[in-house]
Amino acid sequence: MLVISQVSKRYDDSSALAPTDLQVSSGETLVLIGPSGCGKSTLLRLIAGLIQPDSGTITFEGTELSPENIFQVRQRMGYVIQEGGLFPHLSVRNNVAVMARYLRRDASWIDNRLNELAQLVQLPEDMLKRFPAELSGGQRQRVSLMRALMLDPDLLLLDEPLGALDPMIRYELQQELKAIFSQLGKTVIMVTHDIAEAAFFGQTLVLMRDGRIVQAGPFKELAQTPAEPFVEQFISAQREPMAQLVEALK
Amino acid sequence: MKAKQRIGLVLLGFCALLISTVANSNSNSNSNSTAKELESITVGSKVFTESIILGEMLKHLAGQTGIETHHQRQLGGSRVLWNALLSGEIDAYPEYNGTLLQEILVEENLQTEAELKQALRERGLRMTTSLGFNNTYAIGMKEELAERLELHTLSDLKSHPEFVMGFSNEFMNRADGWPGLQKRYQLPQQNVRGLEHNLAYRGIDSGSLQVIDLYATDAEIAYYKLRSLEDDLNYFPVYNAVILYRADLEQRAPEVVTLFNRLAGRIDAPTMSKMNAQVKLNGEPESTVAAGFLQQALNLDVNYQIQSAWQRFLKHTGEHLLLVGISLSAAIFFAVPLGILAAHSERLGSIVLGVAGIIQTIPALALFVFMIPLLGIGGPPAIMALFLYSLLPIIRNTYAGLKDIPPGIIESAQALGLPSRAMLRIVELPLATRAILAGIKTSAVINVGTASLSALIGAGGYGQPILTGIRLDDIGLILQGAIPAAVLALLVQAMFELIERGLLPKGLRIKSNGVKSASREV
Repeated sequence: MLVISQVSKRYDDSSALAPTDLQVSSGETLVLIGPSGCGKSTLLRLIAGLIQPDSGTITFEGTELSPENIFQVRQRMGYVIQEGGLFPHLSVRNNVAVMARYLRRDASWIDNRLNELAQLVQLPEDMLKRFPAELSGGQRQRVSLMRALMLDPDLLLLDEPLGALDPMIRYELQQELKAIFSQLGKTVIMVTHDIAEAAFFGQTLVLMRDGRIVQAGPFKELAQTPAEPFVEQFISAQREPMAQLVEALK
Repeated sequence: MKAKQRIGLVLLGFCALLISTVANSNSNSNSNSTAKELESITVGSKVFTESIILGEMLKHLAGQTGIETHHQRQLGGSRVLWNALLSGEIDAYPEYNGTLLQEILVEENLQTEAELKQALRERGLRMTTSLGFNNTYAIGMKEELAERLELHTLSDLKSHPEFVMGFSNEFMNRADGWPGLQKRYQLPQQNVRGLEHNLAYRGIDSGSLQVIDLYATDAEIAYYKLRSLEDDLNYFPVYNAVILYRADLEQRAPEVVTLFNRLAGRIDAPTMSKMNAQVKLNGEPESTVAAGFLQQALNLDVNYQIQSAWQRFLKHTGEHLLLVGISLSAAIFFAVPLGILAAHSERLGSIVLGVAGIIQTIPALALFVFMIPLLGIGGPPAIMALFLYSLLPIIRNTYAGLKDIPPGIIESAQALGLPSRAMLRIVELPLATRAILAGIKTSAVINVGTASLSALIGAGGYGQPILTGIRLDDIGLILQGAIPAAVLALLVQAMFELIERGLLPKGLRIKSNGVKSASREV
């Protein structure tokens, strides 16, 4: 459903993304992973059309993205960022419904959809009239997810959605999020720097470094047949300290 | 980019519209003068008491014919009145022939009365013959002392080298002041001091000075019982008071011109000096003094109304509110879009902020004066100046308010698919509300204060009693303008605070204090 072909991006004089190819098929959960500055967020923002590629094309369900059609295409994508990006002056209800209202969707349709989504992300209904400042971090991310899902998009883009949460809440939300994904059966592209989270969510992991893809495949494949030493280093750098700790406690 | 261009175009159009309406309202009063001014006549006066008394006389005289008459009081200096007369904004004002010969038309090097009249005729102006007094420099001393020593002329001073003289600093330094006077009369006095004019009166009253300089019709001459010594060698130039009026007045209202000419030769220096004293020292209204003279000298019954303090207050309040209301509304109307434009385009932004910043560095008084050649006198130039002066705080705060929105929020709005105009309306402007309103409040307070200067160019408002108070050295009058202006500034600020309470989205008023208790519910 998404074909990225020879897409590259430069900021000033440094290359953020070397010419890159990537294909995402329908219903797949794909995780972009890598160290800070590896280009994973740049790639996600290119897909969302927030920035324009210097070269190459991005084709979404047969339509090539261009500045002319980006507003239509974005309605079929949901986008969640790390801090939620909620509008502080709008209530939860209005944050979630803002785009549907702009498109003049029927009021009863909006109400039904709101209740449906609140149930899906397990947000108590009385929270709908609150403002973002009155919510906890986890609640904000649930609302942000509701907003992304409001127009029932085909593709869900998540940029470190759980990055700002403390570990316990993060763990809880990971479980819920995975359940939601499987329930919806949507195509998901998620950015994270946490290999465990990537392995937990992703059917396909795309490991990036210095603006290019190092290896793409299931976690098992990356762990067992690393394409280059960096893959092994990246995986063990995050696993090893914990493993050593567990070993020491035995 | 297209949307930006369109906003720019619309703004440009509005700018042109505003300027042309303001300019039109002004030029109409010029070009349609024959049609309009058949039913009304406007006279003007300079910023000192004598000119205002004479202006009131002109107003009373023209009013005798039943024509509606206005008096633009204390409009400014000679140049402002002269230009206003040329452009037809006023029809007549009191002037001195010396000022015309030595100052306004000095480059023509006119020598005689006839030459002066010819020069005026070429400009479409007319002049009455002298009203009867010569308000030139004079040299004065105590009546009592002069009587005792039998001093009548300046030449008589030669025999008294022991006199201490005190002259105003200007008179001390002018070639046609003390240096020339001393040479012409061969005066022997050595003890000559430069000092402030008001102090000179006190010095001569206490006896520490024997001789000072005067204007021939100064109110203080009678008050301090002074005698002005006769200029027997004709040293001082003549400053005969006359009435200048537009030649077209002879066709439009010949009876008014006839009445003006009846003043000629009727006011001598002691009479004028006495009238100045009635206003300056006794605090009588100029209007009453002028009417009293007309009754006495010309046997004219003048119907006039002295406005009560309350009526004056209402009038000034109305004028001030009008100046502030129009200029501030226009400033908000233009500055908010300009701020938005600046925030969305770096290049345009630096130009807009730069130009508005430069305007703000022009001293307010200078800005008002700059507007006179463009828009004349009265309301339009004052409103234009106030408008320009109110732009920067609003533009800058709108710009800053939009630029300060966290990038994550902008990105989220874009990712939702909101087009830029909808994003501006739904997300950006509400989030910048507080900053924009803060800018408007700053502008409003500056505007209310600066509007007091409008009185200098004939636009009225609370500046009017302040100016009069300064002229008459009357603190009470100054406060009658200053206190309402301060109160109005506070009221306007309070009004915008109320508006802010209504406009500021509820979500922005919440401090994130619920977070701690809420975080447990995750």
